[in-house]
Amino acid sequence: MSASPSLHAPQALNHFRSPLAQTPFHPRTNAANRLQGWAPWAGYMTATCFGDSTMEHTAIRNAATLYDISPMVKYRITGADAVAYLNRLTLRDVGKLATGQVHYTAWTDDLGKVMDDGTVFRLGPADFRLCCQERHLPWLTETAWGLDVGLRDESEDLAALALQGPVSATVLQEAGFNVQTLKPFRMASFAFQGTDVLISRTGFTGDLGYELWITPDQALPLWDHLMQAGALYGLMPAGSEAVMLARLEAGFITTGMDFVPVQHAVREDRARSPFELGLDWMIAWDKGHFTGRRALAAERDGKTSKWALVGLDIPGNVSAEGAILYFDKRREAGFITAACWSPTLKRNIAIAQVEARHASCDHLWVEIYALRELQYQKLMLPVTKTARPFFAPERRRATPPGRY
Amino acid sequence: MPGPSFDRTSSDRSVIVIGAGPNGLACAHRLASKGRKVTLIEAEAHPGGGARALPDLAPGLTPSLAHLVWQLDPRVEAAMDLARHGLAWEATDIPTTVIGREGNLVIRGALTDGPDAAAWKELHQRLMSFAAALEPFRRMAPPRLQAAGNSWGRLAKNLIGIRALGTRDFRELLRVILINAHDVAQDELSDPRLRAALCFDAVLGAWAGPRSPNTLILLLDRLAGEIAGRKGALALPKGGMPALARAMANAATAAGVSLRSNARVSRINIADDQVTGITLESGETLAAPLVISAIGPKATILSLAGAQHFDTGLVTALRHQKSRGGTAKLHLALSALPDFQGADPRARILLTRDEHEVETAFNPVKYGEVPARPVMEVVIPTAFGGTGAHLLSANVQFAPHAPKAGEDAARAQMLAACMTRLEEAAPGIGALITKADLLMPYDIERQFGMAGGNWHHGELAVEQMLFNRPIAPLSRYATPLKGLWLTGAGTHPGGMSGAAGRNAADAVLEAKA
Repeated sequence: MSASPSLHAPQALNHFRSPLAQTPFHPRTNAANRLQGWAPWAGYMTATCFGDSTMEHTAIRNAATLYDISPMVKYRITGADAVAYLNRLTLRDVGKLATGQVHYTAWTDDLGKVMDDGTVFRLGPADFRLCCQERHLPWLTETAWGLDVGLRDESEDLAALALQGPVSATVLQEAGFNVQTLKPFRMASFAFQGTDVLISRTGFTGDLGYELWITPDQALPLWDHLMQAGALYGLMPAGSEAVMLARLEAGFITTGMDFVPVQHAVREDRARSPFELGLDWMIAWDKGHFTGRRALAAERDGKTSKWALVGLDIPGNVSAEGAILYFDKRREAGFITAACWSPTLKRNIAIAQVEARHASCDHLWVEIYALRELQYQKLMLPVTKTARPFFAPERRRATPPGRY
Repeated sequence: MPGPSFDRTSSDRSVIVIGAGPNGLACAHRLASKGRKVTLIEAEAHPGGGARALPDLAPGLTPSLAHLVWQLDPRVEAAMDLARHGLAWEATDIPTTVIGREGNLVIRGALTDGPDAAAWKELHQRLMSFAAALEPFRRMAPPRLQAAGNSWGRLAKNLIGIRALGTRDFRELLRVILINAHDVAQDELSDPRLRAALCFDAVLGAWAGPRSPNTLILLLDRLAGEIAGRKGALALPKGGMPALARAMANAATAAGVSLRSNARVSRINIADDQVTGITLESGETLAAPLVISAIGPKATILSLAGAQHFDTGLVTALRHQKSRGGTAKLHLALSALPDFQGADPRARILLTRDEHEVETAFNPVKYGEVPARPVMEVVIPTAFGGTGAHLLSANVQFAPHAPKAGEDAARAQMLAACMTRLEEAAPGIGALITKADLLMPYDIERQFGMAGGNWHHGELAVEQMLFNRPIAPLSRYATPLKGLWLTGAGTHPGGMSGAAGRNAADAVLEAKA
């Protein structure tokens, strides 16, 4: 018997030299990244800012931006039981999703605590794509037991770009992709240089915008083609700082930032249910059993939710990031998970988790440490509960999209 | 995890119990005697489960999978009044004879001969006192910190009972409770035959060798039982094990249980997230808001009810629950009584010369192979009264549940190994055999529906005991599906003493009250 040759000739151990993977768009994002600001995202390098986050955010709201979303985790689900499978896994009723349609959903563990949120794309009658923040292959595989479904992690098989902003439809039109009839949360396929590019009217900015999905080997031609088409319309690459600002204005929550996914929570009390994150509207109670259903029904019937996720208006212009909320300025009642002074709205906004009994946010105060010329000043400001999304322009939904 | 719930407004007091093994019978009896309208569904022609009569090997020679009774829950024994329903004992103090290298050794409870007689007496008494301290846990639903309905009073009483062993014994119990049987045998005994007996009994029916971790607690669990008020008993009913099954069935029927044999359940019906009844393979549907399954947690949840009605985490945990059978069952029809080197044929005869043979017989099974020298527990039920032809019944350890060589080849190999071993212990026995039948774990799985061929429908191992039996969210007999309950050997405390059946019935009654 001979040992495996790999035991004698180990591969060169040089993975540590580039611990983060590069997306198919890296040659372009790298060249454009004047500050070389990078952050890790699902094991990939992602640009935080190409030079000026403020300009990038301004472009999201006033022109158009390209944001590389290739690191997003993507699973392909196919097979006769694909609908039954996704209905078992997620909160919403996938049976109501038409081919060519996309919906935002979430899923929980047995105890009804949220594991992640994401989008489900129905590519065919028995063909779906699930996009999300965290990796879930073991859980997805376990959920598939006894069902006729095929599961594939296609995170590396697809390059993806988010093209967002009021002129995004115009840029696509210039690029030869006619998206005039494409409604929000719908997708369509277009020919591009001998391959297909899938364009969905989805995004994470709450504005008019699209996401483009293509094989990695056509990623760079697509980038170049779009940048050329958008050159006269102010199209520019955007980094995650600008996008996170835009998502907060849109009132979207982010796994790992606004809540801890239960499978990663070290502290038992960090787990959150869909009720506690304002995601309970997703729950399709009448679709049959799904994982977490009984725990959620018990929470609904017993009114045992411990937390509520709220949108807040805060006086002044100092961002309340990471601040603690107090009831009557004294007792802790919650904490802020995301906050900014919104350049679009000219308002100081925040997303917060508050104890369920303080869900109305009456008599809640936020304690902010404002840095003013090397010196922190403590502010105690009253907060007002406000509806999410904070920013929801009509243009995000108009079909055909407006020409700006 | 949401606890069990009921539709309290329902006036339907009918209950269906699936599986007429000892636990199903005990459960059905208890519920019927508390006024429930109980239908007990049995797939086979005769009730009894592991105690039921198998087809005659030869005229008058009726084997059964279980061939001795180690324990019968005193609550069940008293409530069912089994004596009145035809149960009599052939013996409740069957001795054990170990066929050793230097002659046979007879063990009667704490009493034996040889150099270790005193050491054995002391060890046996200590183990019995530990077993007695742990025994009360067998008679209650396992505690779970986050579940409602814990009987904190009883739990406290049981824990105080353990502490009442005294400082020295309490400390000793904590030392040995998770130890392996082999270490205890080595520490306390020098006679290889006694070591062999201790190791054999610890791993009987388990998928573990005596050096596997946590095997002593299995022996303590075995010794915790009693029969007819006798602690640490080993008994054989008059008329064999099927007589026990018949007496239990008679008692259940007398209490008002409607027993339906030859009725195999094809599925548990569910509507609006609650159980509505069952459908039989014949197509017949029986309605009931409450179904208690004694046929094994895996089969119940994953097959009869369907995994789609349960959460992914629970299904995964249950699928991964270990259920490997390591024991084969040998039945021989003999033309005359065999001679095990002068051993009393009415004894339980152990064919293992020392503790190492038990461990060595387990080794190949880990790799899906058949041991060359299996160890055996031989019982000759016909020796108590029969004349002429005799039945030899033997538990043979260890046997692979998924043999690499293929099922038929492994069975033939195992039978040959058994015959070699028997011929060595009882020279001339081969010539007496008129018929032989060997049930490998996979045969047992097929004939008795036991997952993996494991006697307990899920291995009895410390990590699958008490509040982890079969898995934590199912350990209090209720399931998350409204109206579906579990009992049987797959639930706490395991075994065929009827304790699981009684506990499950009590849990149903308490929840409903």
